[in-house]
Amino acid sequence: MAFTLYSLIQTAILCTNAIAVLHEERFLSKIGWGDHGVGGFGDDPGIKAQVLNLIRSVRSVMRVPLILVNSACIVLLLLLG
Amino acid sequence: MDYTATQSGFRQRKLQPNMRLRNSSVDGSEGSQLFEDTSGAAAGSQTGNQQAGPQAAGFSGQSILSDPMSNLAMAYGSSLASQGREMVDKNLDRFIPISKLKYYFAVDTVYVGKKLGLLVFPYMHENWEVSYQQDTPVAPRFDVNAPDLYIPSMGFITYVLVAGLALGTQNKFSPELLGVQASSALVWLIMEVLAVLLSLYLVTVNTDLTTIDLLAFSGYKYVGMIIGVVAGLLFGRPAYYLSLLWCCAAIFVFMIRTLRLKLLSEAAAEGRLVRGTRNQLRMYLTMSIAAAQPVFMYWLTYHLVR
Repeated sequence: MAFTLYSLIQTAILCTNAIAVLHEERFLSKIGWGDHGVGGFGDDPGIKAQVLNLIRSVRSVMRVPLILVNSACIVLLLLLG
Repeated sequence: MDYTATQSGFRQRKLQPNMRLRNSSVDGSEGSQLFEDTSGAAAGSQTGNQQAGPQAAGFSGQSILSDPMSNLAMAYGSSLASQGREMVDKNLDRFIPISKLKYYFAVDTVYVGKKLGLLVFPYMHENWEVSYQQDTPVAPRFDVNAPDLYIPSMGFITYVLVAGLALGTQNKFSPELLGVQASSALVWLIMEVLAVLLSLYLVTVNTDLTTIDLLAFSGYKYVGMIIGVVAGLLFGRPAYYLSLLWCCAAIFVFMIRTLRLKLLSEAAAEGRLVRGTRNQLRMYLTMSIAAAQPVFMYWLTYHLVR
């Protein structure tokens, strides 16, 4: 299995893109993963709350860097094939 | 004065064979001036050197060490180099915590020997706790339970070399293949560490395991892999399977016993049965981290021993 570091970078970009496009109200609320019901501040948030937290933080933190990285990828792929 | 002294010393060393030649040939043909008039008797050559020295240094750039221009250039170059090194150190410390890394490489031979023995035979060891010294963990040199990065990094490099050797016995070797093997194994390692980090975050375990600790624990499986592949190369496939089985079981037990103290709560770590989904999740997490090691060990070596 010939993995290179470049394929790891590609995987990371694709996965982060996939997480960042999960829209809060159009999609996640529809399947019950919206932001309303996970307000529990006990010391046991549970896996679902952690996952939703993760999705929300990826969406907010990585939005701008993802724009830059994706643009760079597009330009590079256009130029170098 | 120092300049002329070194100059004459250099010149004198260089001219000794010439003087010998000159003296031997002077019997045959006097007056054949192959070299300058600085050759001849030792005293004469000394005074001759001091005159010929400055001119010779001007055009013969080979005498690097005593040329004033190159002295200046060397001084400037070394100051530039030290400035560059300071800048690199300052910036590198922001991204990679060098001082923390040094802790993981503070090992000695006794520790490495004991740890390797523990990785292959962890069944007799009783006390798996890392001892602390005023709230900081003790360096690996003093405690055999502390994780280190020396064995994983050496194991990784040895694995790449042994993989090259194994592929060579199958007549499939080429130098690029070493790089491919190395990057494959590195990618799997990074993915494993990321997966463990993600699952630790999801299960909200309050642990003092750092990323480098996880890297160290994931790197310990290279030892078993190397043993398996070497046994397979020396004694054939059955030996490969047997030694891999032994090392997989050993790594499984090692990981469980090490992670139990770090991930599980106090009560569960002592072996008492504690109910509750959280403890159950933690137990599953420990088991799956430990079970992933044999899977990776087999995955990364089966194509090497045919």
